[in-house]
Amino acid sequence: MEKKNLKALLYLLPALVFLGVFMVYPLIDVFVYSVEEGYNSASQIYFGHGLYNFSYVLHDPYFLMALKNTFLLVIITVPVSTGIALLFSVALSSIKKLRSLFQTIYFLPYVTNTLAVGLVFMILFRKTEYSDGLVNLMISWFGGESVDFITGPYWAKMFVLCFYTVWIVLPFKILILTSALASVNREYYDAARVDGTGRWRIFTKITLPMISPMIFYLVITGFIGAFKAYSDAVALFGTDLNAAEMNTIVGYIYDMLYGNSGGYPSYASAAAVLLFAIVLTITVINLMVSKKHVHY
Amino acid sequence: MDFEKINRRERKSRRVRNVLLYTLLSLWAVIVLFPFYWMILSSVKSYGAYNSEYIPQFITLSPTLENYVTAFTSVPLGRYFLNTIIFTLSTTVLMVVVSVFAAFAFARLSFPGKNLVFTLFLALMMIPNELVIITNFVTITDLDLRNTFPGLILPSVTSVFYIYLLRENFAQIPDELYYAAKVDGTSDLKYLFRVVIPISKPTIITIIILKVIECWNSYVWPRLITDDPDYFLVSNGIQEIRENGFGRENIPAMMAAVCVISLPLIVLFLIFRNKIMEGVSRGGTKG
Repeated sequence: MEKKNLKALLYLLPALVFLGVFMVYPLIDVFVYSVEEGYNSASQIYFGHGLYNFSYVLHDPYFLMALKNTFLLVIITVPVSTGIALLFSVALSSIKKLRSLFQTIYFLPYVTNTLAVGLVFMILFRKTEYSDGLVNLMISWFGGESVDFITGPYWAKMFVLCFYTVWIVLPFKILILTSALASVNREYYDAARVDGTGRWRIFTKITLPMISPMIFYLVITGFIGAFKAYSDAVALFGTDLNAAEMNTIVGYIYDMLYGNSGGYPSYASAAAVLLFAIVLTITVINLMVSKKHVHY
Repeated sequence: MDFEKINRRERKSRRVRNVLLYTLLSLWAVIVLFPFYWMILSSVKSYGAYNSEYIPQFITLSPTLENYVTAFTSVPLGRYFLNTIIFTLSTTVLMVVVSVFAAFAFARLSFPGKNLVFTLFLALMMIPNELVIITNFVTITDLDLRNTFPGLILPSVTSVFYIYLLRENFAQIPDELYYAAKVDGTSDLKYLFRVVIPISKPTIITIIILKVIECWNSYVWPRLITDDPDYFLVSNGIQEIRENGFGRENIPAMMAAVCVISLPLIVLFLIFRNKIMEGVSRGGTKG
């Protein structure tokens, strides 16, 4: 028995070492960092413990901007992408011809490099002195004014960021919802049809309740994912997100840690802890709401 | 008489519905595909032709491959590519080895406190990367591993979720097989390689594919840990190209680089379409 224990431990050892060094230790450390005041990474000394780092971060205009951007992004993209995904998965489920072709196409954004395709979006949306760009050309077809979406007004930049985010996250949502729709028992539909129930009523009374756990799952993962948005913003607006007024919370953390404004791991840790607290709170609220509305 | 009328109306409404459905679906398909089309199109326009278009043209009559040559010669795109391949392969191989052994220990072997350890393990799944990346950055810097492959690879190896996925899969293998192997005097290690791994091959392939996608697209960690272009991955490379490469405004060459970077995963996807979609619906998190 002794020998067996040792052997099991040997199998586990690599995983334990990796997780210990790169997950458990950092997890404890980040909370320690976040309460060490005036930490200097060069001399590795600090003045004392307290909540100063949090108060600094919460009063930093860049953090507040990042907070606002992130919340806007979350509030806009999560409902929009979930709604569109629902629409397209229902549409996909009600056709037979070309279905797998559409599914393949819809999934493509999932396997693309966010940074690389973001560059294409930037080129489609931006306006330079040499060219108004493609999107502005289309706007002009409908008689609209051209807008610089990349370095122009705030709402235009936010629109591109939301559009790109939705484009990126839809494949996953459509995939999950189409398989959820496929797993609804046919007999419910047959029974409803025998009773002469209308299409819309079938959808709201049978389909939606049956797939509600999956919709809920997507809303939660969507919230968490959108709160961590960062590389999509970098892809569109470049690495200096503060200057572009498009920074996100995660972007703020990395800027504090590294780069031109970096070298403040304590502030970065405080911001990371705040982000974690926000995500945790939202997830708990989501769970409480779902108890009321989700049918298992 | 009446019946026929109802029938006809039914058929007509179905046709209208189908037209609407296919229009809607095609519209989105165009929105999804268009950026890819634009990227390929721009990459084959010559520098002069692209820049003289005040109104963007939807086709080009004189495609050229010179941008691809520029992409590989005036920035170290080949280097970025090679780095990404080294990073992806090493990370994935290490991940599979570590995860298979850990999952096997959790599924098959017994040791004191196993359930406790496994519960703590599951709790780790909730920890967002952003929370641990700060200390990892400090650790790797202190170990003098910045701008090295170990520095890039080591913190990216473990994925609690993949260990969990494998453990669930291993646990489904009937106990009888294990006891039969034991009676034959097979060692645990041999049992793992001869029985468990072949049976669980589909799941192992799934996690390999997911990890490869993740590695190929990773940006945040490589950006923090490398500032020497010799160690850039494709994501950092493309950002570098955007900010400093090609004398700024050479969009066609930039698009050629984007095409080259996007191609491997798209090819992989078209080959393993079903495996990838199934894998993502079981274990994907992006979104």
